[in-house]
Amino acid sequence: MHTDNQEVLRFENVGKSFFGNQVLKDISFSLEKGKILGLVGENGAGKSTMMKILFSMDDIRETGGYEGAIYLDGVRLDFNNPMDAINAGVGMVHQEFSLIPGFTATENILLNREFTKRSVISKAFRGKLDTLDRRRMHLSAQEVIELLGVNLDPDMFVSNMPVGHKQFVEISREVNRENVKVLIFDEPTAVLTESEAQVLLHALRTLADRGVAIIFISHRLQEIIDVCDSVIVLRDGELVKDVRKEEGYSVVQLAKWMVGRDVESKSARREKGLDNADDIVMDIRNLWVNMAGELVDDVNLSIRRGEFLGVGGLAGQGKLGIPNGIMGLAEAGGTVLYDGKPFALNSPKAALDLKLAFVSEDRRGFGLLLDEPVYWNVTFSSMQVLNKYLKRYLGVRLRDDKEMRETTREYINSLEIRCVSEKQKVRELSGGNQQKVCLARAFDLEPELLFVSEPTRGIDIGAKSLVLQALKSYNEDKGVTIVMVSSELEELRSICDRIAIICDGKVAGILSADEDSEKFGLLMSGLRSDKESA
Amino acid sequence: MSKKLDFKVLFMKNIVPVIFLLMTAIMMPFSGYSGKFLVQEIVTRLGRDTFLVLALLIPLMAGMGINFGLGLGAMASQIALVFVTDWHVTGVSGVLLAMLISTPISLVFGLFGGYLLNNAKGREMITSYVLGFFMLGAYQIIVLFGMGSIIPIGDEGLLLSRGFGIRNTIMLDGVAGSFDTLLDRLFGFRVQIADIGIPVVTILVVALLCLLTWWFRRTKLGQEIRAVGQDMGVSAASGINVSRTRIISMLISTVLAGYGYIVFMQNVSVMPVYTGANTVATYAAAALLVGGATASKAGIPGVIFGVALFHLLFIVTPMAANRIFGAAEVAEYFRLFISYSIIALALVLNGWNAKKEKDRALFGHRNRGGDRINTADAQPEPATPK
Repeated sequence: MHTDNQEVLRFENVGKSFFGNQVLKDISFSLEKGKILGLVGENGAGKSTMMKILFSMDDIRETGGYEGAIYLDGVRLDFNNPMDAINAGVGMVHQEFSLIPGFTATENILLNREFTKRSVISKAFRGKLDTLDRRRMHLSAQEVIELLGVNLDPDMFVSNMPVGHKQFVEISREVNRENVKVLIFDEPTAVLTESEAQVLLHALRTLADRGVAIIFISHRLQEIIDVCDSVIVLRDGELVKDVRKEEGYSVVQLAKWMVGRDVESKSARREKGLDNADDIVMDIRNLWVNMAGELVDDVNLSIRRGEFLGVGGLAGQGKLGIPNGIMGLAEAGGTVLYDGKPFALNSPKAALDLKLAFVSEDRRGFGLLLDEPVYWNVTFSSMQVLNKYLKRYLGVRLRDDKEMRETTREYINSLEIRCVSEKQKVRELSGGNQQKVCLARAFDLEPELLFVSEPTRGIDIGAKSLVLQALKSYNEDKGVTIVMVSSELEELRSICDRIAIICDGKVAGILSADEDSEKFGLLMSGLRSDKESA
Repeated sequence: MSKKLDFKVLFMKNIVPVIFLLMTAIMMPFSGYSGKFLVQEIVTRLGRDTFLVLALLIPLMAGMGINFGLGLGAMASQIALVFVTDWHVTGVSGVLLAMLISTPISLVFGLFGGYLLNNAKGREMITSYVLGFFMLGAYQIIVLFGMGSIIPIGDEGLLLSRGFGIRNTIMLDGVAGSFDTLLDRLFGFRVQIADIGIPVVTILVVALLCLLTWWFRRTKLGQEIRAVGQDMGVSAASGINVSRTRIISMLISTVLAGYGYIVFMQNVSVMPVYTGANTVATYAAAALLVGGATASKAGIPGVIFGVALFHLLFIVTPMAANRIFGAAEVAEYFRLFISYSIIALALVLNGWNAKKEKDRALFGHRNRGGDRINTADAQPEPATPK
């Protein structure tokens, strides 16, 4: 293989910004025929943007294209849509399955590339009325499946398959294309069991040996080390490392490059730790939550009274499912004790009555009444739950608009919500200010335990620090226990007392915020280092 | 999986036919009809209706739900039948000419419907339902005001007494029974099995369409339609032109509905000019659903079974109601009540079944965890690091 170093794919100074926000800067690397390139980075590091650029997805073109150039087989790419990329020989195995459940493995593998039998009438219809040649389709599917070395029935319906098999069907479909040159695997092993993952890695090698160039994206760093010929590491949109296997690297090194050296963050954490290890406000045992894309499998977590607990982990691992499950917004099961008493799951009302509050990651879906004024949004929940802002006139309860507006004005001042007045519609506010309205509403519920989910997602840096500051002072001054879920590890580390990392629907470990970055990186990658405790 | 569970799942999946089979069984003795009479009726109606119901299959395959816009094709055929009657073209040639005239009109209607439904993805059923009523207005303008004034109609007997516009009901004497009794006329005697008349040619035509549908499913285009029906996103990603495929399904369905309506009319021979089209669409949808079809899945055997069961219910229930309540006008009320209740019930149960299915799919992953939860309960020590 050493003699065979034809370059297949080359990125030259590729960059991309969305509305002035640079998400990818100056990426250059090249990939040779028959080689496997590992691509690692945290969520938001720019991996998916890179792949979107390569595929010329709609959202790249509609936002003004990209900087730099990409060459495939020495020819500069000029794709107009993903189909062009596919026809040119670039394939991708997606993280989410794009398979048709009611079709068999064969039908999926050969979707829109079916073998057909010519017939007289069909000529007039450009082959559309050819009947399918099921026998040849079966053979062709069988061949790819065997090439991958998996045990899979080509005539089985995808809907009846275990997850691992679906993944292999997806891969078979990409491999089955005749002209495939570059294959991208986006977290293909995330849903696989260990033995299935081994088969897959073996299949990757087989494919590479047949001359296909492969980009392998995974957060399981050991797999990257096992299978890749070289690795590139992305952090904050920049290529921070490009190493070959010969140069040698370890899981710990990769994790460190990925997360970055300890950033000199002005720590917002309280100076002295809390002495509350035995005062458990909520004890979660064997929690499962059925939330699309964020399945929680078996979470055990004890939340201490008065603490600021962070919940981190990569996207799709289940961290968002935890607050949604507890607050009754997603179907959940397991045992939860609140103040030592059993807590009813699947009931938002019960959760609110027990003085729990939740600031959802889905601001527009669950958080806000967009076409109502700010003061309505701030006071709405507490009116429902706590019967605040209600006055009795002749035995009828009416709402007290004046008091509602006054309270809201206080929040507008303390949280620096930028709006014309408390009567402005929430829809007209910026994302950050909408988030502050959500916080004000949660605060107005006077919670004892507050769940905050992705509070800084999609808001600018200035608003970010204000939101975090508000949460922190609420925690310290009022002694409210806060559980904050966030994808941004640095943000969690800057504010939380302890951080639980969720991986594969379970708690991978709980670390104190000032542990080394690589320990977090390892936990996120699903590698259990020697069990840490805070 | 245990046998018991399989049976339960099977029962729940076929709950609609089972309910209506039970209803029919209860009603049958009350109606007082003889078995022979019922068999004759069912045979006639199988010939009359099956073609129309088959026209629903392809849009269903394409994931567009039940095409309540079937009436569009029927309207095209009503226009064609008015012309054929006016020109006094009779017999098989009359039927074939009507089909020929209806085709371009159906294509235009189908194209319009297809474009409209492509802009209402995910809400096809309600859209096509309303589309039926909307197009009825357009159709009525043509027939009520256009015909006899702008469009020449020679036969005064077809027109309203004011001189233009077609009468409420016209008799299709020229084409009546063209298919049903074709062999009878050729042979000079009534083709029958055990005293039951058989509409041989009609049944052959229906059989031919069944064969065509079966063949169509196995073609490249059929495969594309099935793929689009299951997942538009995945299909588009594989390079299938989703919108075009859906329009083709709609075109096929509308043209077939037009032919189906002509087959229907040569049997009935009395055409309600202003109300026929959408009624036929409603009945066809009900027959399909009663045969166990869901809004996303149906097969040819289901269609035939559905037509038979629906019409059995249709014949038996009003008479039973009439006998029980002793009022003749109850009969018509019961017919409408039955068809709409079938549609409503079937759609609700379908939705409910689909949700169950989805939950099962999601929870397939869950079962492992569920087992673990039980074992974890047995051991009090939680796994949380202390």
